[in-house]
Amino acid sequence: MITAPISVPEREHYLNASYGLKSWLLTKDHKRIALLYLATITFFFFLGGLFAVMIRLELLTPEGDMVQSETYNKLFTMHGVNMVFFFLLPAIPAVLGNFLVPLMIGARDLAFPKLNLASWYIFTIGGLFTLYALLSGGVDTGWTFYTPYSTTYSNSFVIATAVGIFIAGFSSILTGLNFIVTIHRMRAPGLTWFRLPLFIWSHYAASLIMVLGTPVIAVTILLLAAERAFHIGIFDPALGGDPVLFQHLFWFYSHPAVYIMILPAMAVISELVAASARKRVYGYEFVAYASVAIAVFGFLVWGHHMFVSGQSVYAGLVFSVLSYLVAVPSAVKVFNWTATLHKGSIALETPMLYTFGFIGLFTIGGMTGLFLAALGLDVHVHDTYFVVAHFHYVMVGGTIMAYLGGLHYWWPKMTGRMYPEILAKLAALTVFIGFNLTFFPQFILGYLGMPRRYHAYPEEFQVLNVMSTAGASVLAVGYLLPMCYFIWSLRYGKVAADNPWGAVGLEWQTLSPPPVENFDEIPTVTHEAYDYVSLPNGSVTPKKEAHVR
Amino acid sequence: MSEHTISTKSYYLVFLALMAGTALTTWVAFLDLGWFNTPVALSIAWTKAMLVVLYFMHVRQSTKLTKLVAAAGVFWLLLLLGLTMGDIATRGWLGSPGK
Ligand code: HEM
Ligand SMILES: [Cu+2]
Repeated sequence: MITAPISVPEREHYLNASYGLKSWLLTKDHKRIALLYLATITFFFFLGGLFAVMIRLELLTPEGDMVQSETYNKLFTMHGVNMVFFFLLPAIPAVLGNFLVPLMIGARDLAFPKLNLASWYIFTIGGLFTLYALLSGGVDTGWTFYTPYSTTYSNSFVIATAVGIFIAGFSSILTGLNFIVTIHRMRAPGLTWFRLPLFIWSHYAASLIMVLGTPVIAVTILLLAAERAFHIGIFDPALGGDPVLFQHLFWFYSHPAVYIMILPAMAVISELVAASARKRVYGYEFVAYASVAIAVFGFLVWGHHMFVSGQSVYAGLVFSVLSYLVAVPSAVKVFNWTATLHKGSIALETPMLYTFGFIGLFTIGGMTGLFLAALGLDVHVHDTYFVVAHFHYVMVGGTIMAYLGGLHYWWPKMTGRMYPEILAKLAALTVFIGFNLTFFPQFILGYLGMPRRYHAYPEEFQVLNVMSTAGASVLAVGYLLPMCYFIWSLRYGKVAADNPWGAVGLEWQTLSPPPVENFDEIPTVTHEAYDYVSLPNGSVTPKKEAHVR
Repeated sequence: MSEHTISTKSYYLVFLALMAGTALTTWVAFLDLGWFNTPVALSIAWTKAMLVVLYFMHVRQSTKLTKLVAAAGVFWLLLLLGLTMGDIATRGWLGSPGK
């Protein structure tokens, strides 16, 4: 992986500074930990993808002919659990965030390197628990674990899965804590809050949610386990509990959790937009504050998942209004990115293709979120494929697009190699087409009334379902391609320059791949972020061009 | 940051106060205060928690930022309880059960 045959004398960097499994498993280097996470979540992504393939195959025909309904319930549950808790939540923060937060603020590492490594172990142990549950028979409650089904009636491995999620939650808390402390205390001299890249602002906001929200899901899981194992009446009405209380507790975390997924994606997009338009992000302060506003308002809207749960109508009204509120800062970001692109000299490299994909798809996803937040409309489309389409537009069209865009953009920094540009553009296009073909028909299906979470459906829905399954296979190709050429590029990719995009961020001012200590000398920051006017060639230190290009 | 300026004496005093609080809780549990049962029990618990946070966990001597972090934790808990109660307390409002 590391010893590519290059003629240039080998320079020491974080990848070749030490060798062997032990040097990775005991590393305290945030860059290596990021790669450990990358490997782990890629595994869970393809595992979750496997379940998705089986779901789509079953839905190819109206009859429930491929799997039994019980098996189907397990398929969509394991798909959701894998994708949400073991891929989407950690994807951008634990991989790109881990790698880039110290580099972008001019620090040598995160504030607590050992905690960072611990968080990866905790995450992996949580994942193993869930894998165990999966191998011993699976879970069938849906990723939302609604009571009283999950506590009283389900015969599947609820507790093992829930414990896996409980454990993995602590890795999220530790990562959030680490980022918050690092951003407060380890910024390079001159790097004031309003000179920070927006990547940092968004990760800061996401970290706040991780620290404030995750303990609540942990408590909720403990209560669920207590009721299931010891019949302590908390949620089950037969035991004197309130099932709607479970939904309150679950969504108090899980709505903000969707912002843990989207805020880091927005972080990536802000960087990519600025770098390819070669302009300062329009209304920088507004975008920065919008991140924090999303994190805070995101905690006030959870009841929009519960309009038909038996929640009071009054509470439904309040949550409906508050949900409109949270769309405002999201829209601010979309408008400001678009305004940044206006009259920019846009470079259409692969990362930018994903950025365009993100902006368009997130807009559709977010707007349909507003449809769903309308109390009256949601009574009709709740628990239909409309909801499924909505959240796949934001999570897959939003978060995964941004994740892939970011991975391409920072790949040269992470590995010192370029990915193959033409193939990458082709893959980006494949992902975009496959994605829309998979999920757009689901909006129509939901609007026509097809409910989610059933393995059979009336015949008139077949055409749209076949389109969706066809799209899913295109999408799968689009995801496999980058995985193949990324691995290929490690050995055969063109050797990357230190700053292949001519970007101004501090991460581009050091070598590719960076040395173990990130910077030979801690930089002093004298410019605001994205100052392409005074730094046209992307170099913060124009005089000292000593690095080998 | 956290200068350990709390004297051993105040630790003992806080400890005594916590013990007194526990005794008070136990005593109150045997009285029927009607509507006040829960508020009284929660007030005692709140006071005890504040003593632990301010003295044993040194938040009183800490920086403003640390205080902000502690306050944010409490505020978010209030959000959870407040909006959840916003549902539970208003469930009968439309006259039909559960609405
Ligand atoms: C623009 C702001 C957004 C609004 C107003 C919004 C609104 C809603 C509403 C009202 C529902 C419930 C629909 C129902 O079950 O009947 C919902 C479901 C969902 N949303 Fe959003 N949403 C927004 C953004 C997002 C984002 C950014 C994500 C993730 C990155 C997301 C992920 C989800 C998920 C996963 C569900 C389904 C949960 C389930 O029942 O399994 N949403 N959204
Ligand atoms: Cu939500």
